[in-house]
Amino acid sequence: MNGLGSAADIGGILGGAIVTAALMIWVERRLLAFWQERLGPNRVGPFGIMQVMADMVKLFFKDEWVPPFADRAVFVLAPTIAMLATLLGLSLIPFAPDVGVADLSFSLLCLLGLASLSVYSPLLAGYASHSKYPLLGGLRAAAQSFSYEVFMGLAAMGVVMQAGSLDLRVIVESQYRGWYIGPQLLGFVLFLIAAVAETRRAPFDLPEAEQELVAGFHTEYSGIKFGMFYVGEYIGILLNSALIVTLYLGGWWGPAFLPPLAWFLLKMAGFIVLYLLLRTSLPRPRYDQLMRFGWLVLLPLALVNLIGTAAWEVFS
Amino acid sequence: MISLLRALWIVFRRLFTPAATVQYPEEMPKLASRYRGRIVLTRDPDGQERCVACSLCAVVCPTDCIVLQKSEDESGRWYPEVFRINFSRCIYCGLCEEACPTEAIQLTPDFEMGEQDRHFMVYEKEHLLTDGPGKYPGYSFWHVAGKAIAGKDKREAQHEAPPIDIHSLLP
Repeated sequence: MNGLGSAADIGGILGGAIVTAALMIWVERRLLAFWQERLGPNRVGPFGIMQVMADMVKLFFKDEWVPPFADRAVFVLAPTIAMLATLLGLSLIPFAPDVGVADLSFSLLCLLGLASLSVYSPLLAGYASHSKYPLLGGLRAAAQSFSYEVFMGLAAMGVVMQAGSLDLRVIVESQYRGWYIGPQLLGFVLFLIAAVAETRRAPFDLPEAEQELVAGFHTEYSGIKFGMFYVGEYIGILLNSALIVTLYLGGWWGPAFLPPLAWFLLKMAGFIVLYLLLRTSLPRPRYDQLMRFGWLVLLPLALVNLIGTAAWEVFS
Repeated sequence: MISLLRALWIVFRRLFTPAATVQYPEEMPKLASRYRGRIVLTRDPDGQERCVACSLCAVVCPTDCIVLQKSEDESGRWYPEVFRINFSRCIYCGLCEEACPTEAIQLTPDFEMGEQDRHFMVYEKEHLLTDGPGKYPGYSFWHVAGKAIAGKDKREAQHEAPPIDIHSLLP
């Protein structure tokens, strides 16, 4: 039926995600450079776009070292989870009416579950490395995930209430009349903050805070295992941008002069740039500040949003 | 909250300002004329070596990278017969230039001194000596100094009064 989950879709989304994630390393470095009045990598290939290839070759040929004191099986498992959980999540995103891999009736729940699963990657990496800085990073990842997972789910529930479904495809289709960013503005802001925390990127990069913890949970990683963490992080950005677009910005809906898929990717690109901009300009909060902010400010706000939406749905 | 949004805007605005980067091999950076780079030995306006081999530069050098050997020519001028700077040790601090009483040793705005092998970084006198007077075009040490050389006796230098006739009573 309508080409959903066909081989072309699977290959396209999988290959596109990995290639885009790799390219984003270059995009990030160049954009960051422009925002800091530098030029960034511009030597390899046109505009330096082949810098990614050079980096990949470097990563592949690096010594693949596992510390003798590490818990070997878990040590190898952790970066795999980082990539698998996020890539699996992408299979649930409805990119366009006939583009997507899986079509579940509870895909939002499944996605939130996969997002929570991806927390295991820094956690296990920190534990398996068996050294101090990774352990601290892993602890922070765990505590941070407790602080944002709750209000992330609660913020998304506002959309679920309005759409009346947990199916992302139905949620997008129900935004035909208007995007949920309007009625769910508070939920959108909350979800955006949670999504940044979800990918563990600045300003919420406490688990790998370079200035404090060397490289946090992936201090002991090298070679392609480090590369998997790295690419996994960028696929996480893709996934979360796609999720925000799906939930709040009307997914593939847009004026008819562009195909639906183009609209989706365009909105996604906007959020990816926002992610990079946040990373460049905002300072990292302290550890306890983040948790206090999550529990005492954002969680009550998410509850208010939820109750408000429920009241609206009941009385209108 | 407002400050965070403001920070975002300030950083985003930088997208439209030109980068401060100078793309070096294609584009030369603009160096100040006082830039401290490659060290040279300069000459008088008449084309003679300025260096009098006083060794003050070698003494003041914090990394001991200057070696020289004094000699004297037939006209009575002192000059270094060996002058060697090991640029792999030089830190381009410019103290030698400050110490030099004859403005002979000078630092120039040239930093492109990369070599494949360390021993190429040791510059001998013929590599250091330039043809011009450097930063002080009119200055000639021997013509203002009191020491006698061939063609200029004592009390015959510039701004110097002729010798006093100690047997004359006239002022």
